[in-house]
Amino acid sequence: MTTLDAKVPAGPIDNKWTGHRFDSKLVNPANKRKYEIIIIGTGLAGASAAASLGELGYNVTVFTYHDSPRRAHSIAAQGGINAAKNYANDGDSVFRLFYDTVKGGDYRSREANVYRLAEVSNEIIDQCAAQGVPFAREYGGLLDNRSFGGAQVSRTFYARGQTGQQLLLGAYQALARQVALGSVKLYNRTEMLEVVTHDGRAVGVVVRDLVTGEISSHSAHAVVLATGGYSNVFYLSTMAMSSNVTAAWRAHRKGAFFANPCFTQIHPTCIPVHGDFQSKLTLMSESLRNDGRIWVPKSADDGRPANDIPEEDRDYYLERIYPSFGNLAPRDIASRAAMRMIEEDRGVGPLKNGVYLDFSDAINRLGKDVIEARYGNLFEMYERITDENPYEVPMRIYPAPHYTMGGLWVDYNLMTNVPGLYAIGEANFSDHGANRLGASALMQGLADGYFVVPYTIADYLADWLNIDPLATDHEAFQEAEEEVSGRLEKLLSINGSRTVDSFHKELGHIMIDKCGLARSKEGLEEALDRIPRLRNEFWSNVRVPGTDDTYNTELAKAARVADYFELAELMCRDALEREESCGGHFRVEHQTDEGEAKRDDEDQAHVSAWEWNGYGEAHTHHKEPLTFDYVALAQRSYK
Amino acid sequence: MDLTLKVWRQNGPDKPGEFKEYEAKGISEEASFLEMLDIVNERIVESGGVPIEFDHDCREGICGTCGVMINGHPHGNQKGTATCQLHMRKFNDGDRIVIEPWRATGMPVVQDLIVDRSALDRIIEAGGYISVDTGGTPDANLIPVPKEAADASMDAAACIGCAACIAACPNSAGQLFTAAKLAHLNLLPQGQPERYDRTIAMVEKMEEFFGSCTNHGECEEACPKSISINNIAFMNRDYLVAKFKDRRKAGQT
Repeated sequence: MTTLDAKVPAGPIDNKWTGHRFDSKLVNPANKRKYEIIIIGTGLAGASAAASLGELGYNVTVFTYHDSPRRAHSIAAQGGINAAKNYANDGDSVFRLFYDTVKGGDYRSREANVYRLAEVSNEIIDQCAAQGVPFAREYGGLLDNRSFGGAQVSRTFYARGQTGQQLLLGAYQALARQVALGSVKLYNRTEMLEVVTHDGRAVGVVVRDLVTGEISSHSAHAVVLATGGYSNVFYLSTMAMSSNVTAAWRAHRKGAFFANPCFTQIHPTCIPVHGDFQSKLTLMSESLRNDGRIWVPKSADDGRPANDIPEEDRDYYLERIYPSFGNLAPRDIASRAAMRMIEEDRGVGPLKNGVYLDFSDAINRLGKDVIEARYGNLFEMYERITDENPYEVPMRIYPAPHYTMGGLWVDYNLMTNVPGLYAIGEANFSDHGANRLGASALMQGLADGYFVVPYTIADYLADWLNIDPLATDHEAFQEAEEEVSGRLEKLLSINGSRTVDSFHKELGHIMIDKCGLARSKEGLEEALDRIPRLRNEFWSNVRVPGTDDTYNTELAKAARVADYFELAELMCRDALEREESCGGHFRVEHQTDEGEAKRDDEDQAHVSAWEWNGYGEAHTHHKEPLTFDYVALAQRSYK
Repeated sequence: MDLTLKVWRQNGPDKPGEFKEYEAKGISEEASFLEMLDIVNERIVESGGVPIEFDHDCREGICGTCGVMINGHPHGNQKGTATCQLHMRKFNDGDRIVIEPWRATGMPVVQDLIVDRSALDRIIEAGGYISVDTGGTPDANLIPVPKEAADASMDAAACIGCAACIAACPNSAGQLFTAAKLAHLNLLPQGQPERYDRTIAMVEKMEEFFGSCTNHGECEEACPKSISINNIAFMNRDYLVAKFKDRRKAGQT
C-alpha cells in the first residue's frame, strides 16, 4: 500500500486555484495546434471540454457511442444546477456551497477540489446564460432559483424540469460550432474499448465503429475520459440503457486506480419497480420535494387508498425525524428512511414497495396552475408510466440506484495516476465524497469541462512540445487492437444458452441486495463468493448472436456486462473494507442508536484507491488521507 | 396480452429489407413498448435468431434516441409521447402492430429500425448556436430576458431531435426541427447578433437533406414534445427578413 499524492497546491483554500493557475505551465496559442487531445464521451463534461479545448486551438478528437453527441445521459437530469450566486439574497456564498458540499458528502471528499468547484460555479451560470440556455426567469427578466436537498438556501438554477437537457444542448451546440470550424473531429456511434499506454503514460485509444464493426487506433498527447458513472451495474437504475463502465474500467486495467467504487447513490424519488420485465427505473426530480410531502400510513399493512387515509393516520416521517430539513433531507438520508418504512411493512402500492409523495397541500395552497407550471412535465411523465394522475392521487416513489460518486482516482489536476490520462465529470471520484447533493452533478460536469481541465491539461502538455504522438502502427496499438478483437471474438464464439440480459439481471440482483442501500459483512462476503462464479458462467455460457461486422447491440452489451462483473467484485471488496457508514455507504454494523450512519474518522478518513493486478487477482489497496482544515468534522445532522 | 408484430428487418444500409412477423405472447400491460420489444428480442436470441435492432437509450422520453413508426404513426398514436414512454396498456389484446424505421432520403436505414440522423447534427453545426467562447462572459443577470421570451424559447428548446417530424411529413421536410432550434435562439436577446445569418445558414443546410414544407401539419401532430408549427412561421419570417438584409448588405437594395 502506498499513500497517494493529490498534488493539492499549498496556501489558503480560497487562493489555491488562483495560485495554481499562475504556477501551471502554459502552451502558447501558436503551439496549441501542435497537440492532439482525445476526449471520450459527449455528456456535459466531455462536450464542454471538447468545445473549450477546441476554442483554445488544440486539435481535439471526440468519440461517442451515441448517434449524436446530444444524446448523452446528462440530458436526463431534471431539477437544476447549483451556483453560489446568492441572487436570492439568502446568505449564500462560495464558502457556504463548499461547506454544504463537503458536509453533504459526509466528509469523504477532497476539500481543495470542492472549494474550486464552488468557486467556478458562478462562472458556469454566466457561461450557460450567454450561450442561450433558457433558464427560468422572474417577471423582471432576472434568473429564478429554487431549493434542493441538503441546503437551506435557494441556489439552484433550472430550466423547467429539463435542466440537464438544456445545459447539454448548450455544450453540444458549442461543440457543434467547433466541429464546423474544424478544430474538433467528431466520431459518433464509435465506442472506446481500450486505452493504450506506452512508457507508463496514455498515448491513445482503440475504438470500434458500432455500425461496421471496424476496430481502429487513435493516438494523442493526452486522453480525457468523460464517460459517466456505473450505476447500471445494478441492472435497474436511473441511467440510460447504454451507460456503462467500460471506458473507465479499461483505463483501470491499464493502471489507473479506481477510487471509492462502493460510494453509490440511491436516489429517493424514483417510480417503484412494477414487474420483472422492467428495463430501467425512472427518476422523479428531487425538486418535487420542494412542494411534495412524503408520507406512509402510520400502521403496517394499511390497505386503504391514499385519499381515504385521514391526516391523523399518516406519518410524514421526514418532517417528523428531520424537522429542520424535512422533506429536503439529503438523498442518502431520505432513501434510508424510505427503506426503513418499507421494512416496517408500511410501504404503499400494489407491491408495497413505495412511499407517497403528496402534492395535495401544495395544490390547495398555491393552486393547480402553479404546480403545473413548476412540474407539469414530470407529472405527465409519471402519469404515462403509472397510469395514475398525481394531481389527484399522491405519487408513489421508491429509492433507485442513480449516481456513482466513486470513479477513477484523479489528482487536483483531474489527471489519473497514469500520466496523460484525465477523468472528468462523473467518471472521476473527486468532488462528492460519499454522497452527492442534488443539482451538483451538472455543476461538476461543466466545471471540469469548461473551467478546470482546459487549464490543467496545459501543464502536462507543455513538456511534450514538438514531440509527435506515438504512431498508431506502433506495437502498443497493435497489441491493444488484438486484445479488443480477441475479446469480441471470444464473446461471439461461446454460443451458450443464456442471454446477456439474463446475466446482467442476476448480477444486478446480487448487487442491489448485498451492496445497495444497506450492506453487511456477511452479505458482501456472500456477494464476493457469488459474483466470480456468475462471471465464470458468463464466459462459458453466454449467447451473443450475430456477427461483428454489422450493428450488433447484443455484442456491445456483452462486452460491457463482462466489465461489470469485474467492477461489481471490486465494489463489494471496497464496501467490505470500508468499516464505517458514511453517505450512501451504509454498513449495518456501523450505525448510531437512531439508525443513522456512523463514520469512523480515526481510521477511515481516506480515499480508497484500488490498483488492478490482473484478471482474477486481488487488487492492491492504496489510500489518500483526507484532511479537513476548513470544515470541521462532525456528525452530520439534518434534524 | 398477445400481439402479432410485423417488423421491418434490414441487415445493413445497402441491403434489401423486408417485413417479418413475430408473435409477442403474454406481454404485461404495464410494460413499455420498448420493454415489449426487449421481451421479443430475448425470445429471438433464446431460439437462435438475430434480434431486432432499434435505437433507444434514456427510456425517459428526453434523449431522443428512440423512435419507430408504429402502425404508420411516428412514436405511435399517443399524442406528445416518445416511443419509450408509450405503454402497452394503450394497445389491445390480439392487436397486430406494424413497426417500421423512420423513412426519409435524408435519414437512410442503418440496420432494421435504426436510421442515420446525422443530417440533424449538420444543421446545428451550420449555425444552431450562439458564438461565445468559454470564459469571460458577463454576469448572467446582466442579460435580463423577459419571462415570456424565456418561456417561448424554452418551449422550442424542448425539442429532443428524434426526427419524428421528418418521418411524419409527406415531403420529409426538416422544418419543425430547424425552426425549433432557430426559435430557441432567435427569441433570446443573446441570440440577436447572429439571428439572420444563423437563419440563412440553417435553413439552407436543411434544404440539402430534406424536402420542402407545404403546411400539412403532420410534424406538430407527431412531435413527442408537442412543439408548435408556429415556429415554422417564425422561421420563414426571419428567413425572408434575412434575405432582404442580405441584399442590403450587398448594396443591392
